[in-house]
Amino acid sequence: MLKVEETQPVEFSPALKAKFAEISSRYPEGKQKSALLPILHEVQAELGWLSANAMDQVAAWLKIEPIEVYEVASFYSMYFLRPQGKYVLEVCRTGPCCLVGAEKVMAHIEHKLGVKENEVTADGLFSWRGVECLAACGFGPVLQIGPEYTFYENLDEQKVDTLLEELRKK
Amino acid sequence: MSEKVKVTIDGITVEVEPGTTILNAARQIGGDIVPPAMCYYSKLEGSGGKCRTCIVKVSKGSEKDPRPMPKLVASCRTTVMDGMEVMNITSPEVLEARSGVVEILLINHPLDCPVCDQAGECDLQNLGYEHGLQKTRYEFERRTFERIDIGDKIQLHMNRCILCYRCVFTADQITNKRVHGILNRGDHSEISTYIQTAVDNDFSGNVIDVCPVGALTDKTFRFKNRVWFTKPVDAHRDCPTCKGEVTLWYKGADVLRVTARKDIYGEVEDFICNTCRFDKKKTADWVIEQPTHISDTSVIASNHYETMKPLPVIQTDLRLQQANKVELEKTAKF
Amino acid sequence: MARKLLLEHINVPGINTLDVYRQKGGYRSVEKALKTLSPDDVVEEVKKSGLRGRGGAGFPTGMKWSFLAKPEGVARYLVCNADESEPGTFKDRYLMTHIPHALIEGMIVSSYALGAKTSYIYVRGEMMPQIRILEKAIAEAKNAGFLGKNILGSGYDLELYVQPGGGAYICGEETALLESLEGKRGNPRIKPPFPAIAGLYGCPTVVNNVESIAAVVPIINDGGEEYAKVGIGRSTGTKLISASGNLVRPGVYEIELGLPVEEFIYSDEYCGGIANGKRLKATVAGGSSVPVLPANLTLKLANGDPRLMSYESLSEGGFATGTMMGSGGFIAFDEDQCIVRNTWNFSRFYHHESCGQCSPCREGTGWMEKVLHRIEHGHGKMSDIDLLVDVSKKIEGNTICPLGDAAAWPVASAIRHFRDEFEWHVREPQKSQQTNYGIARYAEPIVSGLKQEN
Repeated sequence: MLKVEETQPVEFSPALKAKFAEISSRYPEGKQKSALLPILHEVQAELGWLSANAMDQVAAWLKIEPIEVYEVASFYSMYFLRPQGKYVLEVCRTGPCCLVGAEKVMAHIEHKLGVKENEVTADGLFSWRGVECLAACGFGPVLQIGPEYTFYENLDEQKVDTLLEELRKK
Repeated sequence: MSEKVKVTIDGITVEVEPGTTILNAARQIGGDIVPPAMCYYSKLEGSGGKCRTCIVKVSKGSEKDPRPMPKLVASCRTTVMDGMEVMNITSPEVLEARSGVVEILLINHPLDCPVCDQAGECDLQNLGYEHGLQKTRYEFERRTFERIDIGDKIQLHMNRCILCYRCVFTADQITNKRVHGILNRGDHSEISTYIQTAVDNDFSGNVIDVCPVGALTDKTFRFKNRVWFTKPVDAHRDCPTCKGEVTLWYKGADVLRVTARKDIYGEVEDFICNTCRFDKKKTADWVIEQPTHISDTSVIASNHYETMKPLPVIQTDLRLQQANKVELEKTAKF
Repeated sequence: MARKLLLEHINVPGINTLDVYRQKGGYRSVEKALKTLSPDDVVEEVKKSGLRGRGGAGFPTGMKWSFLAKPEGVARYLVCNADESEPGTFKDRYLMTHIPHALIEGMIVSSYALGAKTSYIYVRGEMMPQIRILEKAIAEAKNAGFLGKNILGSGYDLELYVQPGGGAYICGEETALLESLEGKRGNPRIKPPFPAIAGLYGCPTVVNNVESIAAVVPIINDGGEEYAKVGIGRSTGTKLISASGNLVRPGVYEIELGLPVEEFIYSDEYCGGIANGKRLKATVAGGSSVPVLPANLTLKLANGDPRLMSYESLSEGGFATGTMMGSGGFIAFDEDQCIVRNTWNFSRFYHHESCGQCSPCREGTGWMEKVLHRIEHGHGKMSDIDLLVDVSKKIEGNTICPLGDAAAWPVASAIRHFRDEFEWHVREPQKSQQTNYGIARYAEPIVSGLKQEN
């Protein structure tokens, strides 16, 4: 049994619901469950993570059972089932990136942020984790930051420092 | 009606309806050549294909295309073709691959049979006995989960689960609403409700009967007795919700538990409602029919009715037959 | 310069816009197909081209198309597999980033050939920027009349949508992709039925890789026979190779199939050799799933002939001395890299990405990872090496989908060719934590009568 975080009730904005409707229109009648993955991305972009309340509301909107949403959200690695830092640094940890120094980059991020993988910094600004191949092996080491999944390529310690500074200033 | 197709399994030919799977064709033949099935369940649509214990070798695809299939196939999900030839217990390759699957199914299984209510009627226990190795080669900590109650009558020991998905299909197809499912992925997958919701509807108890292992057990029977000390009896009652045909498990004069009736492959004949299962535990609630016939693969049977048969390989290998002459003669007496 | 069919205009400024793309001859194939060819003609051209699926399996695309069932009154779908997740492979991202219209043009022609009225491009969720790029390009194409109702007055209607994934390597397997597109967990389906009979929403469906679909454009423009003249033998056309690892110039290269591997690694037109003046120790030639080869067998066949970048030559010698083209993810390891560490890394990847549906893969991938972790970190036993080979055999061929094989092959091949290095890790637990085994004899010329193990 997963430990589910307590959350406040969630109310989706009319703009978000309009987006849901647009997404759902891409599929044939009766196949609206297809909208689940893109809708979860939209919700996560808005809330930062997927609370049980938020998933229940998505289920209600799509007229499916809540468990169908939990099953999907917990299967895919991009969905966060607990709160994260404002910026989640996801560093590729797979073979090709490791050949060119990904492990060093991860160690440096851990050192600079002072938190372990999947933990949030005290100011709530950052969390980080190693993720599997991001399909940018020729430009490694790489990391991405959601919700738009901006890429930062050919990383080294110095570039990580610059990036963290920029994000702090934002 | 379309014409029947001919399929030969371990040298025995049978004619079956088109669309029949190899496993079901084998079940029509019966006996030792029937592949074991841990996840397939004929009453649950979409089940099967996952555990890989029923894998067989298709040595001839069909009369039209006699080429063998390149890989071993899941017999529960592979449809027979006319003229197909299948090897199950006559193929050392199949037996080896199957023992590999059994070993793999057991690496994270707790092996807590001595305290597991399923022991004695556990498909994995039987499979491990027939195909497994004496010792495990797995030297790492086993995966563990906390034991949880899903509802007040059903307990989930996720440690024991082999992820056959049968309980998920049952909830989808037999009950009106599914609140549990498979969460996470890979070897972190687990059966769960995610948020603590009771699995509560008239037919939820059937997940206990379909579970091939002791992952979902009846809390009203928990630690009451070992199944091989109990006596199963067929009984029925006039039930407004289900057919009301069950097996009562007696210890002395007490009904310790109620289950659906199961066929020789461990599948329920009819799903039963929770009232029959959990609330009717007095002999007076039931019309008694007869002692239940128990499959000879079960230790329940070995203690009560018949002795264990020798392993299938022994029956097909002449040298092994010689080596086991004494045992075979003993068996023949029964 | 070698012939370029897909990336010819990659460096033209603004090629990601419809206007520039059209100035460079873009969307000609749509006009040609919809105005002058029947759908069957298009399929025929693709068959003649000899194009083989660029996603990994290398199955002839035209043949795959011809298997599509066409029952009356049932919708058919084309789904593009842009779930590029195979470690070492990043060509589809590159193509979609820089020339999104090449994919959209290919989707229109291919959808027309298959009679699909709605098509989807399933892009892995992490490629959100590429999703935005494609959505913008689709809007441009629609504005210009290449999508929507009655395209170019031909009476053919097509809607094209981009679908994001959620982060799962397994969704690159076509039936897992379809499950995911239906809003479910990415569990591969048990086949048969194949997607050509019952795919998306139970309807006949073709799933093709990004590069395969983009390759339809030059095939229709120049004709299948012309396309088949490029390349070598049954490896026709050009292939995008993603080059990564310790190379002077990693990146995406379009090569004519048949290029010698040595030229690809060392010539200035391509990777420019091994970075930092080091020597090549090993390669993984087709994405992490394919067998790893030592440097000598990478460059030469067992008989001493040069190895070529083609489906046939890369797999020459079977798994004993060869590998596979796979998705064209070419990873180079220099002399300082540790094969054991990399094998463990890949093994962790497959363990992480196993969907968990069938037992050999769910349990076996984790088992292999744990044993490899132990060896890599100096706690291994000599018997672990054979145990790994045995577990890999228990997984291989016994799973629902090819992920089991993909997890087994890297481990089995690493031990096949680099057993000495594994044994050294066990024998020298402390030393192996501080230093590397090095290049050993892995780059030495092949001695004839090479041991054929396993």
